[in-house]
Amino acid sequence: MPIQYYIYLCLVLFSIGIIGVLTRRNAIIVFMCVELMLNAVNLLLVAFSKMHHAAALTLNPAATTGIEGQLFVFFIMVVAAAEVSVGLAIIVMLYRNTHSVDINFLNRLKN
Amino acid sequence: MSKLVFLVPLFPLIGFLANGLGRRFLSKPAVSIIGCGAILASFVVSLVLFFDVKANGGGTSTLFNFISVDNFSIPFAFQVDQLSSLFLLIITGIGFLIHLYSSAYMHEEEPQHFGRYFAYLNLFVFSMLLLVMGANYVIMFIGWEGVGLCSYLLIGFWFKNTNYNYAAKKAFVMNRIGDLGFLLAVFWLIFRLGTVSYGDVFANVSKLSTADITAVTTLLFIGAMGKSAQIPLYTWLPDAMAGPTPVSALIHAATMVTAGIYMIARSNILYTLAPATQTLVAVTGLATAVFAATIALKQNDIKKVLAYSTVSQLGYMFLGLGAGAYTGAVFHVMTHAFFKALLFLGAGSVIHAMHHEQDIRKMGGLKKYLPITHITFLLACLAIAGIPPFSGFFSKDEILVAAYAKNPLFYYIGVAGALMTAFYMFRLYTLTFLGNFRGTHEQEHHLHESPWQMTFPLIVLAVLSVLGGFVGIPELFAANAHSLEHFLEPVFAGSNAVAEHHHPEASQEWLMLAGSTAAIVIVIVLAVRLYKNYQPKEETSAGLSKALENKWYVDELYDALIVNPLNALAGFLKNVVEKSGIDGIVNGAGRLVGYGSRQLRLLQSGQVGNYILVMVLAIVVFILIWFNDATITRFFSKIF
Amino acid sequence: MSTTEILFYFLSALAVFSAIMVLVSKSPVHSVLWLIVVFFTISGHYVLLNAQFLAIVNLIVYAGAIMVLFLFVIMLMNLNTQTEPQKHIWMKLAGVISGGCFLMVLISLVRQAGDMQGKTALMKTGNIGLIGNLGKALFQDYVVPFEITSVLFLSAMVGAVVIGKK
Repeated sequence: MPIQYYIYLCLVLFSIGIIGVLTRRNAIIVFMCVELMLNAVNLLLVAFSKMHHAAALTLNPAATTGIEGQLFVFFIMVVAAAEVSVGLAIIVMLYRNTHSVDINFLNRLKN
Repeated sequence: MSKLVFLVPLFPLIGFLANGLGRRFLSKPAVSIIGCGAILASFVVSLVLFFDVKANGGGTSTLFNFISVDNFSIPFAFQVDQLSSLFLLIITGIGFLIHLYSSAYMHEEEPQHFGRYFAYLNLFVFSMLLLVMGANYVIMFIGWEGVGLCSYLLIGFWFKNTNYNYAAKKAFVMNRIGDLGFLLAVFWLIFRLGTVSYGDVFANVSKLSTADITAVTTLLFIGAMGKSAQIPLYTWLPDAMAGPTPVSALIHAATMVTAGIYMIARSNILYTLAPATQTLVAVTGLATAVFAATIALKQNDIKKVLAYSTVSQLGYMFLGLGAGAYTGAVFHVMTHAFFKALLFLGAGSVIHAMHHEQDIRKMGGLKKYLPITHITFLLACLAIAGIPPFSGFFSKDEILVAAYAKNPLFYYIGVAGALMTAFYMFRLYTLTFLGNFRGTHEQEHHLHESPWQMTFPLIVLAVLSVLGGFVGIPELFAANAHSLEHFLEPVFAGSNAVAEHHHPEASQEWLMLAGSTAAIVIVIVLAVRLYKNYQPKEETSAGLSKALENKWYVDELYDALIVNPLNALAGFLKNVVEKSGIDGIVNGAGRLVGYGSRQLRLLQSGQVGNYILVMVLAIVVFILIWFNDATITRFFSKIF
Repeated sequence: MSTTEILFYFLSALAVFSAIMVLVSKSPVHSVLWLIVVFFTISGHYVLLNAQFLAIVNLIVYAGAIMVLFLFVIMLMNLNTQTEPQKHIWMKLAGVISGGCFLMVLISLVRQAGDMQGKTALMKTGNIGLIGNLGKALFQDYVVPFEITSVLFLSAMVGAVVIGKK
């Protein structure tokens, strides 16, 4: 597949994630949109890894070029898992304190 | 000779520094000795210089380079020639006498003010010496400003009196107006000739067009108007009488106010080549002479009479300058310095005896209490009135004869002024010294002759007033007897070569002399008879005399024409332009920032969503800029 | 049109549709379920790109662990109500417009980019995504980062417990 298709797909998914972050007030939905953006980036990384691999294979059939991209995705998943655990803990704490998950309550940055 | 020149101003400068810095430590006698000694030393050096000049002619000596820009330079140089050496003698000689007089006159002051007084006085002498010794207009200007400053400081010497401060300020501001003219003239000379040294300017005077010379001389004359108190800038001088009386004698009679005459005499070639300015000088001088004399007729303050008399006599000097009688003007400066200093010092002696009473209506009959003062004052009055053979007769006569040569009308008006001079001087003399004492008994009880420090200068000056005229005996009396003219000849040689001198017929001159002298004697007798048995009475003067008492309402006229409009303009600028204009801009800028900040602060809502929104938009904008930088650069290069 | 292409388009369309449904669903639970669908489609893409390891890990970690965590949190808070506070309509519009601008700008950028012309991603073939090759690379060249991630996990776990206990 031409690489542009993957780029477009990932851009669309990423933008949907952004729009979600911008339009929703529920902290959990916002958080899920962040996950969506992360996945869009992951997909693009894999596609690029395969693109580079395809380019390298024409020169050397035994090449492993592009494997770093997939390893990168692996590490992103690891970090995402850690992030989600901490993030959800924060949301739980927020809910416990305010009985709401509305991010508009998170306006302490003003002061 | 040149080795000694710098000593002349150096001594007063040292005296100024010593008295000024040490006024809290030095005792009064020490201050007097330093102050008088410095001037005496200057006087001795001046005498040496004078005889040197007389024998060998003048010269310039350069101390250092004062200003040097590209190929234009102003050396700090002193020029001692016949004219300046004569002035040196007048300044240091009379200056010494007045310092001596001051040491007694001011003895009631506290030590530190006593020191301050002598410091100012020494600084004044230093500045005045710079003024007359400078070899170019810039050095003269330094001295010019220096004497203006000292005049200001000394008029306002008793600074606790607000009116005295106003008088000081008035003198300073009036002088500044004239100084601007002087300064412009100097700039004009630099612009046209590239030099300000007297020698260079006078040698290159042919390079200047007549318009240039007329402009320069007129501007210089404006400077002289301010410093020498001529119409329209004369009003500061009567007010300057707020200062101590010796100061009036030294600064406002003998020396500083003659700076304008010195300057014009120094620039005589320029004035000779500018007949229009000469006429202006003559007319202004004549007008001032008569105008001030009329005011002096009705003044009752002993110092005010003398002040207007000074203005009037200065007017005569300018008349002489305008008529081309430079020697006559300088001659009159000299004799006037003698008798006017004497008059002021005599007045000071009277005031001293009367415990600071200055109103002549409350005096009278002082003849028997103050014999020395009385005799010297009388001699000075005779001198100023122009009775032969006192000094004033010769100098005034020389000026009036020259005025006749220029225009007979000038002569007749001048003689009328001289008659008024005789009248008001003898009115003053009669009211002060003759008749009965009109003051309080307490004052009468305390009347006493002044100490020797005050009477000695009076006697010396009286001798000079009587004999001073004999250096300038006119050709009419004896051939080649006018030694002053011969002495000053090198200075005015250029002018004498250009201008033709036509003396009136000898017989006519005799007639003029006899006529004016007779008239003056008649006027004197009239004045003495009129005021001999004067008793103060409640009189409401009206008409002309009221106008005279109020000095022709000139101060009021200036207030109405200049001061009030300026105040109104200043008030307008302060209340309208400043408040709503400038303050408006400043406060508006502040308010704009404050308002903008309040509005901008709303952007910081603390809402995470808003922040992210702005972030996304910013990313979009940054990407657009990053990938369209060529377009943007082209866009901006088109704009700018 | 080959099977691969058909699958690509199908998965792409499904992914975009599901992502939009995540946004527009009123109920958080529905959003979670639609997000799981997105993750499944992305795993399908991984498979198409012959990255089986990542496809499986994606399913296990995201669709399995993370989304279950989300569901648990939602159920814990009992958020399955329709009373979620809505943003102001203008804020929503602004968000959509700015997101759209972002998308337009980036797409136009990609269309202009010369680097991308004629490049293709290798489909179905290529063995770098296989677990053996990845494992070799991971435990030979990237063993230190791999071990450090375990420390990261540990700290995240401790953090989650500490925050949750307050």
